[in-house]
Amino acid sequence: MTEKVKLLSHVEAINWNRIQDEKDVEVWNRLVNNFWLPEKVPLSNDIQSWGTLTAEEKTLTMRVFTGLTLLDTLQGTVGAVSLIPDALTPHEEAVYTNIAFMESVHAKSYSSIFSTLCSTKEIDDAFRWSVENPNLQKKAQIVESYYLGDDPLKKKIASTLLESFLFYSGFYLPMYWSSRAKLTNTADLIRLIIRDEAVHGYYIGYKFQKGLEGLSEERRQELKDWTYELLFELYENEVQYTHDLYDGVGLSEDVKKFLHYNANKALMNLGYEAMFPATVTDVNPAILSALSPNADENHDFFSGSGSSYVIGKAVNTEDEDWDF
Amino acid sequence: MTANTLADPARGAGSVPESATDCDLVYFSSASGYTKRFMEKLGLPCARIPLYATGPRLVATRPFVLVLPTYGGEEGRHSVPPQVVRFLNDERNRSLLRGVIGAGNTNFGKAYCLAAMKIAAKCDVPLLYRFELMGTSEDVDRVREGLEEFWTPKSQNRP
Repeated sequence: MTEKVKLLSHVEAINWNRIQDEKDVEVWNRLVNNFWLPEKVPLSNDIQSWGTLTAEEKTLTMRVFTGLTLLDTLQGTVGAVSLIPDALTPHEEAVYTNIAFMESVHAKSYSSIFSTLCSTKEIDDAFRWSVENPNLQKKAQIVESYYLGDDPLKKKIASTLLESFLFYSGFYLPMYWSSRAKLTNTADLIRLIIRDEAVHGYYIGYKFQKGLEGLSEERRQELKDWTYELLFELYENEVQYTHDLYDGVGLSEDVKKFLHYNANKALMNLGYEAMFPATVTDVNPAILSALSPNADENHDFFSGSGSSYVIGKAVNTEDEDWDF
Repeated sequence: MTANTLADPARGAGSVPESATDCDLVYFSSASGYTKRFMEKLGLPCARIPLYATGPRLVATRPFVLVLPTYGGEEGRHSVPPQVVRFLNDERNRSLLRGVIGAGNTNFGKAYCLAAMKIAAKCDVPLLYRFELMGTSEDVDRVREGLEEFWTPKSQNRP
């Protein structure tokens, strides 16, 4: 009871007509417009494709998805919720409730994939693996320890690294299948999750940088050093986890490039410089184009020979407010 | 920054003040400032399109390259920030646009750098380069070298 009274004295009615930070409204609208449910994706069209995978490939895929389920569960029920008490504006609190709910949608969507493609026994075995794999458990424990800690900015760092880095050892696989025209509907669903996580990482990273404003140079340096240390600790564990999963199919080295590439992006979301040099972030172009169909470098004037460059004419510009 | 505020006699009293720039780089960056960070790393003279409509209107006075981000997109709609549409709706600016550089995130799939691609197609200028978030040091080097070559007379005379 005491706690409830305390809570009421703290909560004020949220007024969306008085905004302190426009980013809150922008991100709220973006998240609401991106809303989706797994039921909208025709996963059953992947049943035939699933049948073409070997037993080892099926086990790998299910393990990857239980690993992702664990991270989404952690982010939905602990991570995003733990950010609410430190919010700088009431609208920021509301955005975290949206993020928390979507993480639960993500966690549930893996179960939709499982129930479409696998038997109950296979599903139970994969979930048992997720409980027993030490590297998977370790990554969840490291992040959770900071979610339960009392440093608001370290919570945001851990949260951004989860959203923008830790998922990618798993996201690699559906992109790989998609590049080989396998499990393409499942890949469509995963792309929706990737899009959401990108907005989450961007927003939490932005709020972290807002939190840095007005801090002493000493404290800023401490947080920066701490970020690189935590990333390195998580990275070493990710490498082990990647070997556990992908050695059997010979993809570990390819996955690691994807890890480096995404670690750099996670750092940038926090406003820090990339850590891994371009020599180890050269992600397999097939994976990159599964992620974004227009990521092909040859579109760019500076990257290609210039003379081979063709201006795209197929872009629909109807709904922008042009008056020419 | 070489922007300076000018009075605009043609528009009469009460019109929005204008700010002319002779920079050959113009950029837009939202409150999160990732594109701004990229421009700082690039270290070339540049002018920023104002974030708020109350700010002076930016007017280019020489050929320029536009740098702008795309953060997500609702199935591709509303990807070009309204501030940039407003800037390009000014014929004086549009006629001097020579190329576009996009910032974005491949995690947004088809919307990756969509705003830059739309503007390049709409204004019939090349999409010069794309980078993610605030760009890596390699991105900075390639844009610096690319721009230097792009502004040479030989490149500018290419049909």
